[in-house]
Amino acid sequence: MKANFKYNIIWLIIMISGFYLMNTLILIGVINAFIENMLVTIGINIILATGLNLIIGFAGQFSLGHAGFMAIGAYATAIITQTATTPAGFYLSIVIGIVVSILVALIVGIPTLRLRGDYLAIATMGAAEIIRIIINNMKITGGAAGIFNIPQLASWPTVYTMVCVTTIIIVNFIHSRGGRAVTSVREDEIAAEAMGINVFKWKLAAFTLGAATAAVAGSLHASFLQTISPNDFGIMESISILIIVVLGGVGSITGTFVAAAVLGVLDTVLQDFGALRMVIYAAALILIMIFKPSGLLGTWELSIKRCFKRFGRKERVKQ
Amino acid sequence: MQTIFQQIINGLSLGSIYALLALGYTMVYGIIKLINFAHGDIYMLGAFWGYYVINVWHFNFISALLSAMVVGAVSGVIIEYFAYRPLRHSPRIAALITAIGVSFLLENGMSYLFSSNTRDFPQIIKQVNYNIGGVLISNIQVLILVTACILMILLQVIIKKTKMGRAMRAVSVDPDAAELVGININWTISFTFALGSALAGAAGVLIGLYYNSIDPLMGMTPGIKAFVAAVLGGIGSVPGASVGGFLIGILETFFQSIGLSAYKDAVVYFVLIVILLIMPAGIFGKNAKEKV
Amino acid sequence: MKKSNMKKIVSFAAVVMTAGIFAGCSTAKTQTAGNNQTGNTIKIGVNMELSGAAAGYGNSQKQGIQLAAQEINKDGGINVNGKKKKIKLIIKDNKTSTTTSASVAAQLVNNDKVAAIVGPATTNAGTAEIPNITKAAVPSVSPSATDPNYTKQKNGKVQPYVFRACYQNNFQGGTAAKFMTNTLKAKRVAVFADNSSDYGTGLAKAFKKSFKGTIVDSQSFSEGDKDFNAVLTSFKSKKIDAIYVPGYYTEVGLIIKQARQNGINVPIVGSDGMADPKLAQIAGNKNASKIYYTTPFSDDVAKSNPTAVKFMNAYKAKYHADAPTFSALAYDSVYMIKSAIESEKSADSIKITKGLSKIKNFDGVTGTITINKNHDPEKPIAIEQLTNGKVSNSFNIK
Repeated sequence: MKANFKYNIIWLIIMISGFYLMNTLILIGVINAFIENMLVTIGINIILATGLNLIIGFAGQFSLGHAGFMAIGAYATAIITQTATTPAGFYLSIVIGIVVSILVALIVGIPTLRLRGDYLAIATMGAAEIIRIIINNMKITGGAAGIFNIPQLASWPTVYTMVCVTTIIIVNFIHSRGGRAVTSVREDEIAAEAMGINVFKWKLAAFTLGAATAAVAGSLHASFLQTISPNDFGIMESISILIIVVLGGVGSITGTFVAAAVLGVLDTVLQDFGALRMVIYAAALILIMIFKPSGLLGTWELSIKRCFKRFGRKERVKQ
Repeated sequence: MQTIFQQIINGLSLGSIYALLALGYTMVYGIIKLINFAHGDIYMLGAFWGYYVINVWHFNFISALLSAMVVGAVSGVIIEYFAYRPLRHSPRIAALITAIGVSFLLENGMSYLFSSNTRDFPQIIKQVNYNIGGVLISNIQVLILVTACILMILLQVIIKKTKMGRAMRAVSVDPDAAELVGININWTISFTFALGSALAGAAGVLIGLYYNSIDPLMGMTPGIKAFVAAVLGGIGSVPGASVGGFLIGILETFFQSIGLSAYKDAVVYFVLIVILLIMPAGIFGKNAKEKV
Repeated sequence: MKKSNMKKIVSFAAVVMTAGIFAGCSTAKTQTAGNNQTGNTIKIGVNMELSGAAAGYGNSQKQGIQLAAQEINKDGGINVNGKKKKIKLIIKDNKTSTTTSASVAAQLVNNDKVAAIVGPATTNAGTAEIPNITKAAVPSVSPSATDPNYTKQKNGKVQPYVFRACYQNNFQGGTAAKFMTNTLKAKRVAVFADNSSDYGTGLAKAFKKSFKGTIVDSQSFSEGDKDFNAVLTSFKSKKIDAIYVPGYYTEVGLIIKQARQNGINVPIVGSDGMADPKLAQIAGNKNASKIYYTTPFSDDVAKSNPTAVKFMNAYKAKYHADAPTFSALAYDSVYMIKSAIESEKSADSIKITKGLSKIKNFDGVTGTITINKNHDPEKPIAIEQLTNGKVSNSFNIK
């Protein structure tokens, strides 16, 4: 307990100093609105991808429907903040988005999580498409035009805080008893069941937790961008979140952070290339996968504890 | 009554297109368990090849179709060799991302090289409508339906009766054991890709001719639908792919005809989920028991 | 179990506390206002759909923009208070995505310091751009964002930096409704709209609101669809006088083809998304009869409008094809910015905004344009008729 407390404090200090670093950089003008925009997009992608990594990387369930849950959060925020234009309304909308997406995740997950592998992927993709099509045809969601002029209640500090909060929750879940149960399901369902683990319950837990974080990301996306439309949440969005997860390394949260940042920067750099942009992007994707099939970081995690230990060992060697 | 028959014809002709594409998906998946996202784009390549040779080299229909099959087969083998073979022993999800990458590359590469405009496909066969008791059916619809059926039977014969087919089945069951009995795995997988991609190339020319409009992104939507059809029918099974394709075509047509056109895709996905829940491996899929 | 719970509570409480601290203190905000042009060039940003779903339309618009810039530069450039300055286009791709459009806009206004932006082509990408350009006080002219509320804020006031060169949906849908009642004498109409974008759904809504006859059936399709037989067959049994199909030429061309092959020979009426020579190619010339669409860019207008004739010839010389409406609208957008700069005698972005809002009787390819208080262009609308794939007639609608 005490030992971990030390590392937790270090993480906390890193988070807070990251915040003040960014604040200072904006104040002295190193980060302009464009870079701020890029960083916020990366932050939202991190939230989405850590949630999906929990489902795919740790629980071993191949879900292709993450954008559907993001859509629920985004529309909850867009609709509620139309009338309640206050930060309180925004936080309320996040909570409502989370609750609705958990409900939908249960409705989708209870039947489909019995499926395996690619069948599950297609079923979740179908579920996300159903969500998108319903949104596309409803009046309250503005139909295909979506909703715009959403008040901007989420700026970069909100997104930064939310990235920290969701990451802490997910990492803590992974390291908890539940997380170990979930990982055992990934490794071998039958063996896990034999050990007395309720396989289905833990699969569902990981799935709903992932869906809830996706809803948070959706809320931030809607409020920061101030405009949403059903087309933002199609199959391609689910795939691009999946790409972040796989590129970073399935089962590595650190990898997800790295991949989201790399792809975010790549995406803005490639804006100048016009029609060639997606060609370069696709080629980069193929090459990385061929030469690094397990993703940029594999399953490696950044751990302060380990850093300390290694550092400590070196010190001792020197002595 | 006429309307109902007409809708059945509509459903069958739409279904035959999905079935044609689903066959390629199912073959590739059956042998290396990879969702070949680039399959829809090989279909696009076939259509563009047909467009080019008919306009520039004045090919007739049969030679355009056959050459498109060759182009499809060659591009399928090239893609397999460069993009999928290095990843054969990697996690399947890495191979999947590569397949998505190849799909993006083909779509955007074609957009970059030949512009993303929609083009009209040369009408090399004049469309004739037959009126049978008030129900309209065109010669191209018949052509597609017949071609789809012939190709399905042909495929089934190749898989069940020939030596190569036996090798394909062996590799799909257990690649290591297949290698032990002297089957050249690389050659077999290349052959499967060639066969599946040739079908996509043929589909490109047929569908280009039928709808008269081709563009670099044309493979995206039907590709996903065809994949859903393959899953619905039980991926890995040739009759399953055709049944799945026809089923989706008919479902889509039915829900559009009763006025639910806005929800037609949602209904298809809903049916897919329901069928998977009842039959977790699709309609014709083998539900393999997991060994402890 | 207890331990990990404890850990969770500690770290969670810590984060909530810091979140409270963050909320309490004021955080830095990036702020810039107005981009002035100091060098010998005027930078104009292009935020355009060059890849993704709307790439076909985006690339047409890019051609129109490049043609306009090339012409202006050939004449020496834009006259800024007696000094000629050349246009420098900075073209960026937003891949038809709202997120990327916001990022492209931020980059254009903050890093490239453009004086004005042309684009985006779609309403969704357009609304995503608004916060960033408003913060930087840089105007944008969209060639084809048609949602009626695109230029309006939530409280109904006009968006100060947002302009467009195209009609808004209500005007175009309403015109089509009037035309169908008065000229075609259609009483029973079916609507078949593209519901994957605001363009089709918005027009369908506007049409339904102002059409006086019966709307027998209302169905929708999505972008990328190729088979419309099922819906058309159900229309056929419903005794309709005409079909209204708001959408783009890629899908509407196929609808026309399949409708005619299904033996539906009633007039098909659409919107300016159809006004492209490719429509008749996709539908097949023999099928493209009794086709009507609302457009700012009719042959009749063009004949009496030397600007349009000049544009059409220049376009043909450069790209070896007939000019589509999308290129014409984009071409006009660039010239509108030029006219704003010249009338205000300044290439400062705030001044350009002022100039754009004051445009009056601007002589454009798509008609004589006056920007109204909602930043919508007021210009004449016409309806063109196709017979055997060729424009055979055009109606002026007042």
